[in-house]
Amino acid sequence: MSNVKTLPSWRALTQHGVMPQANHDEAARLNVLTHLNLHLSSRVIPGLRQVYEKHVHPAFVKEHGREPETRHEVRKVMMEDGYCQLWSALRRNTMEMRHQTGRAMVLRQADALSKKVEQLNKGCDTLQLDPTIEVPANISQVDIHCQPGCYYQEYYDQDVTVAASYDVGLFVTTAGLLGALSDGGGQAIANWLKAEHPNFKPKRILDLGCTVGHNAVPLAQAFPDAEVIAIDVATPCLRYAHARAKSLGVDNISFVQANVESLPQYADESFDLITSAMFWHEASHKMLPKALKTVQRLLKPEGLTIHLEQPQYHGKSVFEQFMRDWDTYNNNEPYWGPMHDLDLAEQLDKAGFDGSAMFEVGVVAKVDEKIFGKSAAGDSGEDFGRAPVWNAFGLWKK
Amino acid sequence: MTSANTSTKKSSADIDILDLAGTKAKGQRPYFLADKQVEQVLSIAMAVATELAVTRERLASLEAVLAEKGIISADAIEQFSPSAKHTAARSLDTQEYLARILRIVQQDKEEISQDDKSMEQLQRELTQTD
Repeated sequence: MSNVKTLPSWRALTQHGVMPQANHDEAARLNVLTHLNLHLSSRVIPGLRQVYEKHVHPAFVKEHGREPETRHEVRKVMMEDGYCQLWSALRRNTMEMRHQTGRAMVLRQADALSKKVEQLNKGCDTLQLDPTIEVPANISQVDIHCQPGCYYQEYYDQDVTVAASYDVGLFVTTAGLLGALSDGGGQAIANWLKAEHPNFKPKRILDLGCTVGHNAVPLAQAFPDAEVIAIDVATPCLRYAHARAKSLGVDNISFVQANVESLPQYADESFDLITSAMFWHEASHKMLPKALKTVQRLLKPEGLTIHLEQPQYHGKSVFEQFMRDWDTYNNNEPYWGPMHDLDLAEQLDKAGFDGSAMFEVGVVAKVDEKIFGKSAAGDSGEDFGRAPVWNAFGLWKK
Repeated sequence: MTSANTSTKKSSADIDILDLAGTKAKGQRPYFLADKQVEQVLSIAMAVATELAVTRERLASLEAVLAEKGIISADAIEQFSPSAKHTAARSLDTQEYLARILRIVQQDKEEISQDDKSMEQLQRELTQTD
């Protein structure tokens, strides 16, 4: 008997109303790239620890007469190692191939997608675009995670292709572990709330940096009587997210084009729950404190703010920090490292919260077990930041 | 701040899909191998490997469709949705395929832990006299 676990097909994803259609070979290409990610994380990455322990670390100690003190010292010597270089080249390539595949697929059906999106969005006041909103420097200066056009680029009028391609590729980069609607993050928060705080019934929810709304939708479904407001700066994402939610029969979300650094349209203490998923590591040292102050201003007393991220670096070995930090330099995530170095409680303090009230909790993406298998999340190998196992941080406002 | 949040073209007829699909992400691309052209050849090899895997899957679909329907139909292949059993078999095939084409990486990993000797070293040891 083989001990090799099998992966689901990209075809297992739910075909919501604006899901791009894959032909046979496009689906096959996405499946191969998903497997390639799994191969790199489960079979190639373990060799990096051996490289470090057997060669790179002893050579460093011999040369310097001391242990490496920072991940940057580890990075300098590891990136000179041939095995690490080959893994890095393969990983970067896999990411680039995933974008090319997704983009080729959505661009050939760009008109059909725009028409479906326009049809679903027509006449709805729950999509509120604001052309005066500018794209902030933290996402305009570099195409985050190597996605050409980032979240906001429009190639022609009514274009939604960068959003559709992002939706298509979440399955590939997480090896299918986010579930059939790639909504495991939102589901994880909703399930944690229902299990741990069953009496908490938020009436007004704000989701920051919502992209295609994949994490706002499960929150809106978990609290059908709540009004959910999902904000982002990116026009194509908001158009696509609104149509996607409508097609799933979810009507209690407004998708609003706005910058979290300042949300003057919302009154002080007007939200019961403020969430985000993998949002803060794409911020900047200028933007993050302003955004946290906005969260502090908007959150009601007794309200909750909770955010999914990867764990902070503090307390981890310099080797593990180096592994987790690869994306900072090599996957166009320049703020990934700086954000994971922050003392989050201190940041919350500075924003006007009581930072000592901050909690951290591990939440795991809840996936559709009948399609994706029960134990898939735990068996795919350590990917140092790519697997959808999150550290959530947050606090209840006093 | 930048105001890149607007389109520059009126219609999708004005876009070049081939160029746009493969376009470079903004931000300097890191190269990892000592020789940039070797890395470019690696990139091409991985793309070719992916395309061969896709061809293999298409053949698998063709065979499955032929077996199921007894006819050759391009549309049937386009629409073919593999059963859970087929999906599992393909997943295993794909993992075996990737392990084959990336064998050199696996062997490098093994050599790191095995401390293999070179033939020259072995020759020296085997030809030592008392």
